[in-house]
Amino acid sequence: MTNLWSWITTVDHKRIGVMYFLTSLFFFFVGGIEALVIRVQLWKAEQALISAELYNQLFTMHGTTMVFMVAMPMAVAFFNYVVPLQIGARDVAFPRLNALSYWIFLFGSLFMNASWFVGSAPNTSWVGYANLTSLQFSPGPNVDFWVIGLSIVGIASILGGVNFITTIVNLRAPGMKFMRMPLFTWMTFVTSFVLVTAIPVIAVALILLAFDRFFDANFYVTAAGGDPILWQHLFWLFGHPEVYILILPSFGMISDVIPAFSRKPLFGYPVVVYAGVLIGFIGWGVWSHHMFTSGLGPIADSFFVASTMIIAIPTGVKIFNWLATMWGGSIRFTTAMLFSIGLVAVFTIGGLSGVMHASAPVDLQQHDTYFVVAHFHYVIVGGVMMGLFAGFYYWFPKVTGRMPDETLGKIHFWLALIGFNLLFFPMHFSGIYGMPRRTWTYSAELNVELWNQLSTVGGFIFGAAAVVWAWNMIRSARSGAPAGPNPWGAATLEWSIPSPPHHYNFPSLPVVRTREPLWHEEERREVEAVTLAEPEREPEMPRPSFWPILVAAGATLTWALVMTGIWWVPLTGLAFTGFAIFMWAFENPFGKKAGAHHG
Amino acid sequence: MADATAAALHADDHHYTATGLPSWKVGFWTFLGSECLFFGTLISTYMVYKGSSVQGPYPHEILNIPLTSVSTFVLLMSSLAMVLALDGVRRGSKKLAVTWLAVVIVFGSIFLGFQVYEFSHFVHEGLTIPRNVFGSSFFVLTGFHGAHVTVGVVWMTTLLVLALRGRLPPSKALSVEIAGLYWHFVDIVWIVIFTLIYLIQ
Repeated sequence: MTNLWSWITTVDHKRIGVMYFLTSLFFFFVGGIEALVIRVQLWKAEQALISAELYNQLFTMHGTTMVFMVAMPMAVAFFNYVVPLQIGARDVAFPRLNALSYWIFLFGSLFMNASWFVGSAPNTSWVGYANLTSLQFSPGPNVDFWVIGLSIVGIASILGGVNFITTIVNLRAPGMKFMRMPLFTWMTFVTSFVLVTAIPVIAVALILLAFDRFFDANFYVTAAGGDPILWQHLFWLFGHPEVYILILPSFGMISDVIPAFSRKPLFGYPVVVYAGVLIGFIGWGVWSHHMFTSGLGPIADSFFVASTMIIAIPTGVKIFNWLATMWGGSIRFTTAMLFSIGLVAVFTIGGLSGVMHASAPVDLQQHDTYFVVAHFHYVIVGGVMMGLFAGFYYWFPKVTGRMPDETLGKIHFWLALIGFNLLFFPMHFSGIYGMPRRTWTYSAELNVELWNQLSTVGGFIFGAAAVVWAWNMIRSARSGAPAGPNPWGAATLEWSIPSPPHHYNFPSLPVVRTREPLWHEEERREVEAVTLAEPEREPEMPRPSFWPILVAAGATLTWALVMTGIWWVPLTGLAFTGFAIFMWAFENPFGKKAGAHHG
Repeated sequence: MADATAAALHADDHHYTATGLPSWKVGFWTFLGSECLFFGTLISTYMVYKGSSVQGPYPHEILNIPLTSVSTFVLLMSSLAMVLALDGVRRGSKKLAVTWLAVVIVFGSIFLGFQVYEFSHFVHEGLTIPRNVFGSSFFVLTGFHGAHVTVGVVWMTTLLVLALRGRLPPSKALSVEIAGLYWHFVDIVWIVIFTLIYLIQ
C-alpha cells in the first residue's frame, strides 16, 4: 500500500516515465486487439461477423487510441525518462506539473475508453469530420465521449510541451550547449514546440464541436451559416503537425542509436538538427494536402502540393545522414540497431508513397482508399513504432539495470518486420484496386479478397511480435544480465551514471565539453569522476505530492460534467479543481515552510 | 572553459539554470505562446464566419462601441496598475503593493461587470449562442476571454491577501511578475478582439 501510494504521489521523472510507458503499452494492446478484430471482419468479401456499427466504433477507437494513447505518450515516456539524464539534470523543470500531465492523460484515456462499457464508443473515425459529428447525424453519446476525452488528453500534451521546453532551455548541465545536445533531446525540443502550438488548435476545434453538441451552437451547422470545412482546416492544422509530433521523437531515438552501434559520431550532426527544426516549421504549412478532395481551388492546391514535396527534402536528408553514419562504421547488429535500420528502410517506403499523393491529381485517385491506409501505417508503424522499439531496447538497461534478451529481441524484430510488411504492403494494392477505407465489408467483384487475407495474416504475425516483446520485457526485467552504467559503450551523459540511476540522477552536475563526452578519454574520466561518485550528502529532491492527481481528477470531472449539457454543473468540478490548484500552489515542494510557485 | 567552471560552482544550487532565467518565467512565456494559438484560432473562427449569419441580430445592430470603449479603457488602465503593483512589491512597499493590486482587481471586476451587462443585454435582444453563427462565435470568443480575466482576478486576489499578510516581500516579486505577464497578455488579447470585432465591423 505504501508502495502504491509512493507511485501515486511521485514527482520523479523516471517513475513518471515508467508509468507513461506501461500505460501506453496497455493501450497498444487495446488498440492492437481492435485492429485484429477489424482484420478478421475483412478476411472474406461480403462477410458480416460483426455489425457495421461495431466496426465503426472499432476503427475509430483503433485510430484514436494508437495516436493519442500509444504513439504520443510512449514517446513522452522516453522524453520523461531520458531527456533529463541526457542533459545532466536531476529532474524536469516542473516535477509536479509533470505528474499532472500523466494523470490527466490517464484519466482522459480511461474516460474515452469507458464508452465501450456503455456500448457507445466513438464511431465517427479518428478525424471526426463535421458534420457527421453533429447532433443531427450522431445523436448518441459516442461523439460526446470522443470530444470530451480528447479535450482532456490534449491538456496533458500542452503542459508536457511547456515542461520539456523549459527543462531543455534551463536545466542543461554546465557546458551542455544546444549544439552539444544529443539528437533525442533535440527532437524532444522541436516536438515540444510543435505540441504547445498545435494542440491549442485542435482544442478550439473540439471546444466548438462541444458547444455545437451541448449548447446548440452553430459552428458546423450549414443551415445556420456554419461551415463543416472549418473543422477540416482546424483538424488538419493540428493534424499534420501532429504527424511530426509522432515521428520526430523516433527520428531522435535512432539518431542516438545508430551512432552508438556504428561506433561513429552522427554524420552531419548540425544538418540533422536543422533538418528536424525545418520539418517542425514546414509541418505547419502542408495541412491542406489532406483536403485536396474538398475543392479548395487550384491556387491553394498548388501551394500545398509544393510545400508537401518540399518537406520531403529535410526528411530525405536525415535518411542519408543515418546511412552515412553507418558507412564505414563498425556495426553491431543489436536489436535496437536492427529496429533503427528497419525504420530507415520501411519509413522510406512510406515517405515515398507520401510524395506520391502529395500530387493533387494523384491524391484525387487515392483519397480515402486503402492506399492511404498503407501509406500512413508505413510511416506511423514502420516509422514511429520501429523507432520506439529501437529506443526501448536501447534504454532498457538504463531503466531496469538489466540487459534485454537479444535472442527474443531478434525474434521480435523479424516477426515485426515480416508481419508489418505482409500486413500493410498488400493494402497498396487493395487501395489501387479501389477498396475504400473505413469500409465494413467489400464486394467480391472488387477482387481484393486475396490482398485482405494477406493483410490479416500479417496482422496476426505483428500481434505475435508484440506478445514476444511483452514476454521479453517481463523476462529480461526479472532475470536479464546486469547491465552496468554503459553496456553499449555509448557516448552521451545518460550512460555516465549507474543503471538504474539514483533518484537524484547526478550527485553533482557534470561539466560537458563535447557532443560525445564518453568517447573522449580525458573527458570521460572527468565526467565519471563526478557522475559515479557517492555523494556525502544526497541532493535534496522535491517531495511527493498528491495534489497533481487531485487536480487531474478535478479537470477530468469538470470536462465529464459538460456532458450533462447544463452550463453550471461543470462549474462544481471547476471549483474542486481550483481548490486543488490553490493547495498545490501553497505546498512547498521541498517540504519546509510554505512558499508559493515552485512549479 | 571558464564559463563552464563558473557555472559548475552554482550547479548544486536549486536555482541553477543554464540561461540564468527562472524556470517559472521560461515556462510561463511558453504557455503564453500556446495561449496565442488558442485565442488566434478562436479569433480566426470569428473572422471566417463574419457575415455568414442567416438571421439577425447582426453585429452592426447590436455591438455598442462607446460602451465597450469605456470597459476597454478600464481594462487597459488595470495593466498600468499591474505595473505599479509589481514596482511596489519590488520596492518592498506593502502600501503600494496592496493599493495597486486592489486597483487591478477593481478594474478587472468592472470590466467583467460590463461584460455581464453586455451579455444579458444581448440575450434580451435575442442574440444567443444558438441564434446564429455570430452569436455562437461571439459568445464563445468573448466568453473565453472573460473566463481568462476571471482567473486573473482570482489570482490577483490571492496575491492581495498575501500582500496584506506581509507575505509578499521583494524576494517574491517573481510571483507578481508572472501574474503580471498573464494579466498583460489577457489585456493584449482584448485589444485584438476589440479592434477586430467592435471597431472593424
